[in-house]
Amino acid sequence: MILAEVTDTGLAALTYGIGALGPGIGIGYLVGQAVQAMARQPEAAGMVRTTMFLGIAFVEALALIGFVVFFLASA
Amino acid sequence: MIFGLEFPPLSHIVDWPVFLFEGTAFGINKVVLVYFAAIILTVLLFVLGNQRKLVPTGAQNLAESSVNFVENGIIMQSMGPRGLKWAPMLTAMFFFIFFNNIFEVIPGVQMPGTARIALPMFLAIFVWFVFNIAGIIEHGPLGYLKHSLIPPGVPVGLLPIIVPIEFVSNFLVRPFSLMVRLFANLLAGHILLVTFTILTAALWTQQWYAAFLPLPLFGVIFFVAFEILVSFLQAYVFTLLTAVYIDMATSHEH
Repeated sequence: MILAEVTDTGLAALTYGIGALGPGIGIGYLVGQAVQAMARQPEAAGMVRTTMFLGIAFVEALALIGFVVFFLASA
Repeated sequence: MIFGLEFPPLSHIVDWPVFLFEGTAFGINKVVLVYFAAIILTVLLFVLGNQRKLVPTGAQNLAESSVNFVENGIIMQSMGPRGLKWAPMLTAMFFFIFFNNIFEVIPGVQMPGTARIALPMFLAIFVWFVFNIAGIIEHGPLGYLKHSLIPPGVPVGLLPIIVPIEFVSNFLVRPFSLMVRLFANLLAGHILLVTFTILTAALWTQQWYAAFLPLPLFGVIFFVAFEILVSFLQAYVFTLLTAVYIDMATSHEH
């Protein structure tokens, strides 16, 4: 009786899942530090916000490359 | 006991029929119509905003505040005052990408032009040529290679390791990541919206599990709001990164 089976799509989904761990932690830490910086010095909030968005874009690109790899691996 | 809902396969999401010039390289399908609409809207913004009244009203007001946003929010943050000569190109790029992205949430169309990889790939190659040629004009060909591949203050013994890393990071990863960031964000948003919408429609049955119908319904409403934010943010990040790359290629700090 087969309870579970390793297929291509299953491995692809697992790949993306593991690949989303790092960017999740990264973006959470980044936004947390940005909120702290904005609370310390509210006059710099605009510049901090811009840099935060830039950093989020860089980190999110890695998670999205994993998303593309999911589609490539499940084909 | 089997719960069953019928879903079409995922490849149907980007399967648009070609309805003009079929079979050639110039075939027009729905996505190409979105490209045309974005071009027309961008050109309209530039043309209608070109009136020179001293006290701006209407379309000129909108165009002036748009250009102000790009100048203050993107160019001054990354390049400073010397980057203002890049304002026309960056404004056109930002609004072209934004209008392509915003068609994802407009009812009736609901397909972003940037969800097929051709447009982000073309934009990424264009940005690659722009910042490389700007750097070569500023520093000369050999000077530009030295400027971008050799960071200041690195001991000479480490250079055989640093130079390949810098080469791959500067000339290969930058356009690739620009392309994938824009494309995958928009495609993922489109897939999310389609999945939740089909789930809502499929739950409209006589079975007992039709009680779950409000969940994907609120999901789709929330994700439409989220996709408006993502459309604007991805256009902003693409243009900001272009400005940062041009600044790093033409800077003279070392």
